[in-house]
Amino acid sequence: MRQNLNVLAALTLATAVSTSSAWAAESSDPIRLTLHDWSGQLINTKIMGSILQEAGYKVEYVQADYIAQFAGLKTGDLHLAMEIWETTGREALDEATASGKVVNAGETGLMAIEEWWFPAYMKDHCPGLPDWQALKECSEEFSTAETSPYGRYVGGPVTWGGFDEERVEALELDFEVVHAGTDAALFAELESAYQRKDPIVLWVYVPHWAPAKYEGEFVEFPPYSAECYADPSVGVNPDMAYDCGKPRGPIWKAAWAGLPETWPGAYEIIQDYRISNEEMSAMVGKADLEGVEIDTVVSTWMSENKDRWSGWINN
Amino acid sequence: MRSIARFQTAMAWGLILATLLLGWFGRDLAKALDARWLVKFPSAWVIHFKTKISAAMKWLVEEAAIGPVAFTDITRALAWLIEQPYELVLAFLAHGFFLDSGADPLVILPAISWIAVTAGVIALGHYCRDWGLALLVGACCIYLAVFGQWESAMVTLASVLIAVPIGAGGGLMAGIWAYRHPLGERILSPILDLMQTIPIFAYLVPILFMFGFGPVSALVATIIYATPPMIRITILALKAVDPEILDFGRMAGTTERQLMWRVLVPSASQSLMVGVNQVIMLTLNMVIIASMIGAGGLGFDVLAALRRLDIGAGFEAGIAIVVLAIAVDRLSQAFAERMGQIQHVQPGSWLARHKRTALVTTLLAVTWVLGQFSPLLLTYPESQTITTGVFWNDTVKYLNVNYFDLFEAVKVFFLHWFLLPIKKVLLGLPWPWAIAMLSLLGWRIGGAKLALLCAALSTLILISGLWSKAMITVYLCGASVILATLIGVPLGVLAALNRRAGAVVNLLIDTLQTLPSFVYLIPVVMLFRVGDFTAMIAIVLYALAPAVRYAAHGVRNINEELIEAGLVSGCTKWQLLRLVRLPLALPEILLGINQTIMLALSMLVITALVGTRDLGQEVYIALTKADTGRGLVAGLAIAFVAIIADRLIKAGARGARLRFGLES
Repeated sequence: MRQNLNVLAALTLATAVSTSSAWAAESSDPIRLTLHDWSGQLINTKIMGSILQEAGYKVEYVQADYIAQFAGLKTGDLHLAMEIWETTGREALDEATASGKVVNAGETGLMAIEEWWFPAYMKDHCPGLPDWQALKECSEEFSTAETSPYGRYVGGPVTWGGFDEERVEALELDFEVVHAGTDAALFAELESAYQRKDPIVLWVYVPHWAPAKYEGEFVEFPPYSAECYADPSVGVNPDMAYDCGKPRGPIWKAAWAGLPETWPGAYEIIQDYRISNEEMSAMVGKADLEGVEIDTVVSTWMSENKDRWSGWINN
Repeated sequence: MRSIARFQTAMAWGLILATLLLGWFGRDLAKALDARWLVKFPSAWVIHFKTKISAAMKWLVEEAAIGPVAFTDITRALAWLIEQPYELVLAFLAHGFFLDSGADPLVILPAISWIAVTAGVIALGHYCRDWGLALLVGACCIYLAVFGQWESAMVTLASVLIAVPIGAGGGLMAGIWAYRHPLGERILSPILDLMQTIPIFAYLVPILFMFGFGPVSALVATIIYATPPMIRITILALKAVDPEILDFGRMAGTTERQLMWRVLVPSASQSLMVGVNQVIMLTLNMVIIASMIGAGGLGFDVLAALRRLDIGAGFEAGIAIVVLAIAVDRLSQAFAERMGQIQHVQPGSWLARHKRTALVTTLLAVTWVLGQFSPLLLTYPESQTITTGVFWNDTVKYLNVNYFDLFEAVKVFFLHWFLLPIKKVLLGLPWPWAIAMLSLLGWRIGGAKLALLCAALSTLILISGLWSKAMITVYLCGASVILATLIGVPLGVLAALNRRAGAVVNLLIDTLQTLPSFVYLIPVVMLFRVGDFTAMIAIVLYALAPAVRYAAHGVRNINEELIEAGLVSGCTKWQLLRLVRLPLALPEILLGINQTIMLALSMLVITALVGTRDLGQEVYIALTKADTGRGLVAGLAIAFVAIIADRLIKAGARGARLRFGLES
């Protein structure tokens, strides 16, 4: 992002590298990290970037699309992606690692949850919640003019997958799945309904600022298992698959396959990096709800957790 | 004669009725005949263009080479070439020059101060026209600083400063080439059609492959989108140069090159600047999409704000784009006028002649030096910024809480009586009948050639397996265009007949066209929920402008004598409008509707963001899955729909002009 005055930069870098002889063999090129458009990812990436900078590496941030970035990771245009969600990015990640040009750099420590979610006031309309059986009884509470008599469930963009149409059918829920085209549209629906205390059930994921801003709970479906998705006979409905909740799982770091050789020291730091859901939710809340600048949130974390990240560097 | 005409009219009405009935009962009919292939094209017959295109693209990116130089090396070299000036401008305007080492880079030279930029812009405004313009553009700059949009605006400005010269210069070259070689125009024309109608999302993925990730790809996409009008205007402008000037140049013994650069281009410069202006506007239209692939700046601010549902912040960043567009637009127009005038060299020393340049340069140096001691001189202090964000958030909340039921009732009414019937007819229409009717229409309006074009393009959409998505596209755009016409044409007529109303309407239209649609898309979702109705509102708002502009233009430009004639024969004001003005303005109005259709189609990809299920969604899915072939096929299908509509309406407008004797 920043203009490098190449000659001068090379000179100073030469001195910088010679002082930290531990990584004398490493490349002096900047490590390029990808940025997406949600705050959690920005915070996560910038913390990683700051730690790498503290360790003496040059870092560049590049705006890139979540799935399209894999093309860049394969060619080495991009070097590190900090948030590949088990739930939405697994396929793309597997495909990329199978090509041998991308490596999985381990978990970030964050756990992704994605599920049907309802605001707390819906318990008055539908007392059986959060158990999923309750949705069967009161689907009409969730209906609108367009979907009546069926309930209306706002799903994520089609590209997120999630098998909600299949789930509705397998669990015999009288719901119609309406897809929001983007994350922003999805939460605009929630904000709108919440302001009016209107019925709504929709796809929410964490870590996200929404559960911090709005009071509510995830619907408790029969727990996910790989067999439940693959084998119709497993689960509540003996004839159909997808008769359970959505998978939960870690958020991964993905790196260009050349990164471990080009910056071996940096790769170790990247592998060591861990952060927790609680920390992340608090930071996302600060950024999105209190309007604190992302760079401020990041530098606060950096100064409060000096011991942790210096441990990763010196490891 | 008379009976033949009557028979033809009856025939036309009969066919329209048959089409409607067939569409309405199409599904039941297909079921009754046990011939589902009539309404749903069998997937076994589909030709998979997308896998072929994907394979071709893979080959191009991974294997294609001229000798030892791989294709991607060439594109990467191009990217590097574009990147150098961009980085320079960006550092100068926004980030400053750094000595990059580790966590704390050393600042060599900070970015240019907001005071210096504002002073420079004011000086330029004064130089180009007068104090009025200087004041306007100065106010724009102050707005950006006071509302805390300065740095983002400078990032966006940097991309404009790079994309516009490349787009305008390249467009000029291509236009000159097409002017010199008649074959060139014939080759370029369909390419330009495609460049203007294929949604950008469709070719973003291949561009990312070829030019790498980051701002350069965004710049390349912007240039592809913004150049076509420049090429078209160049060809038109050069052709319109007075032949006498051309002869005069030849008589003076110019070479071909001199004739072009010393005679033709200067004579056409006024019209050419219109093209440059278009390039600037389209570049600013692109900032949101460009920010999705790494351009940053105001577009990114809009996206990020809406991502955290901060409608107010999104709105402010969106208005900042409008403000930037207004400043750049007015300056470039005034600059073009100034260039067209003959300047007298004033006597005196260099300093006396270049007071403004000297002043701004001094200010720049002073702010850089003193800025070391007082950061206020370099960046506008954050504590002094103001925001209206809360107001916008509260307004939307107020509307939502108090008037939602009303909105809901309106929506349900429109859905039941307007949108859903159209959808049912279009989706139920058996495709053989639809293609036949389209070809027949083409033949009636424009002859065999047009009929062939309609048949060929619609068949291509059919066999690529996108028929029903294309029909949803036609339904959504058609419904929106009908509404936009019903609203826009009366507004345009009003603007033409009443000066004061005209000023208000113009301001509204200007804002709607430069305000990124994403800014109002999310509040509309809050009030109307996701779905086709929300998409329709967004499309109507965006596509309204040309309907208004062309209608106003058409009504204003009617021959005064015809109006006189109408008055003399005793027309009332209303009769004058209905019997004279509207029919005579019809060709212009039709061209306006044509442009409305084009804009509506270009909005499809944006409406996919609120969950429509048309070709736009197909393109969007392909983008997020990085599937080159799928995106390009869907993009081409949109382009085909656009081209069919464009050719039919243009032929219709020509027919109307012939009938009124405006053209022979």
